[in-house]
Amino acid sequence: MAMTTRQRAKLSRGIQYALLVLVLIALVVLADWQVLYERVFNPAVIADQFPGIITIALKNTLIYTALGFVVGLTLGVILALMKLSSVAPYRWIATLYIEFFRGVPALLVFLALGYGIPLAFGFRFNHYVTVMIALGVVAAAYIAESLRAGLQAVPKGQYEAARSLGMSHTRAMVTIVIPQALRIVLPPLTNEVILLTKDSSLVYLLGMGLAQYELTKFGREGISGAGAGLTPLVAAGICYLIITVPLGILSRRFETKTDRVKKSS
Amino acid sequence: MSTSATENTQASTPSETPAVSVRGLNKAYGDLEVLRGIDLTVNSGEVVCLIGPSGSGKSTLLRCLNLLEEPQSGDITVSGFDVTDPDIDVDAMRRNVGMVFQHFNLFPHLTVLENCTVSQIKVLKRSKSEAEQTAMTNLERVGLAEKAQQRPGQLSGGQQQRVAIARALSMNPDLMLFDEPTSALDPETVGDVLAIMRKLANEGMTMLVVTHEMSFARDVADRVVFMDGGVVVEEGPAREVIGSPKHERTQSFLSRVLNPTKVDTPE
Ligand SMILES: Nc1ncnc2c1ncn2[C@@H]1O[C@H](COP(=O)(O)OP(=O)(O)OP(=O)(O)O)[C@@H](O)[C@H]1O
Ligand SMILES: [Mg+2]
Repeated sequence: MAMTTRQRAKLSRGIQYALLVLVLIALVVLADWQVLYERVFNPAVIADQFPGIITIALKNTLIYTALGFVVGLTLGVILALMKLSSVAPYRWIATLYIEFFRGVPALLVFLALGYGIPLAFGFRFNHYVTVMIALGVVAAAYIAESLRAGLQAVPKGQYEAARSLGMSHTRAMVTIVIPQALRIVLPPLTNEVILLTKDSSLVYLLGMGLAQYELTKFGREGISGAGAGLTPLVAAGICYLIITVPLGILSRRFETKTDRVKKSS
Repeated sequence: MSTSATENTQASTPSETPAVSVRGLNKAYGDLEVLRGIDLTVNSGEVVCLIGPSGSGKSTLLRCLNLLEEPQSGDITVSGFDVTDPDIDVDAMRRNVGMVFQHFNLFPHLTVLENCTVSQIKVLKRSKSEAEQTAMTNLERVGLAEKAQQRPGQLSGGQQQRVAIARALSMNPDLMLFDEPTSALDPETVGDVLAIMRKLANEGMTMLVVTHEMSFARDVADRVVFMDGGVVVEEGPAREVIGSPKHERTQSFLSRVLNPTKVDTPE
């Protein structure tokens, strides 16, 4: 007796639910909640993390992210303009740069700046400058691509209509093209800030004093305390989420907004 | 039921220099010669329709007039500006030449009103209130004053094109260029746009219109110019060119456009 497609789908959904319930029950029965509570999410340990986790670690994570973003955006704008330049060598240089830094791990860049350059040249950047460059040069490659795509996504007719109304090239770009490009670029740019926030954990590699700890380093030092368990890392993770989840929501909100503008044009 | 020319100085002042004068215009994209020795005159207050098959170079010709395309050679004067002079003030010329595109090209991030005021304010340096007054006058002309605060995306295609006309008129141009203004519209909104263009023509606006609307060309145009393969094949009074074309190429084009169902030979 053959089942209809609908009956089969219903059965399959039933099995999936049953499986889920089974796993949940197994978890509840088998897990040692007391141990988990003490070693993974211990309120006493969390309390120990304060206020440093906010006043030092979260603050530094935000500072590193901001520094990286400022450098990334500045360099990204320059690279995007180079990529759209009518002078071919500029385009080549920009392409080379973008492909290089999108292709190598950020970790490698941090190692090069933090250890490679001091060993090779006997010269060391200030801690903040190192972070700024390391995060910025990688972010710039991604930001440049987003900006270029945004500028090119504005239909050519918009520029032509503006010029036909007597606007100069600069006026048409500033008043008509760039505002529309920015709307297109806002979601990927917000995503870039999320990536940067997470990449700022690579600062962990660099030697530094307590005042310069960011969330990951702070959590790492936290778990070496007696009886701290996993809790300090969990606390750091929650702090990351406090930054990244709202940014993700913001980015999606921008996306639906630009969709509406796009549909209307 | 005659429509008199209302407050249009162009129509009443007799001027010797034509609004558009083109002599020996050539334009090529690489090896592709798109315009080959075009001659064209549009007198002040005149309505000229440009017709011809797809790819004959009509858009290119229009775009050479306000330098959206760079012509290779030839003499062009538009609204008193020597367009082929390398030292021309392009922006000053374009202020006098309104352009209406097939796909409207309204600015989606601005309201209907702002679409009509932005370049009055930024280019003509009019005050905001003066610009808004001019814009509202022109939005009333196209029957869309009540849509002033909406975004272009909230309007139908026909309404968007009427806003685009109001936007161009708000710069008080001497001359209006239309590139297939109704080709991208739903059939039911075509009539509204044509009615406004007809009104503009009656008010004495100088117009050069690329169109496939043969009844509009026959009824509204003073002259019709037929182009094919980058040359002007035939031109003359609208009724003559459309009613009794002399050239064989014009005849076959018109019979194809006027009786689209009878087409049996692919291009
Ligand atoms: N930017 C460009 N680069 C290369 N070729 C082009 C370009 N623009 C137009 N052409 C070519 O020039 C020729 C004329 O184009 P044009 O758009 O002027 O024709 P048209 O008469 O307006 O046609 P349609 O009725 O389809 O709009 C076509 O063969 C077209 O492919
Ligand atoms: Mg065309």
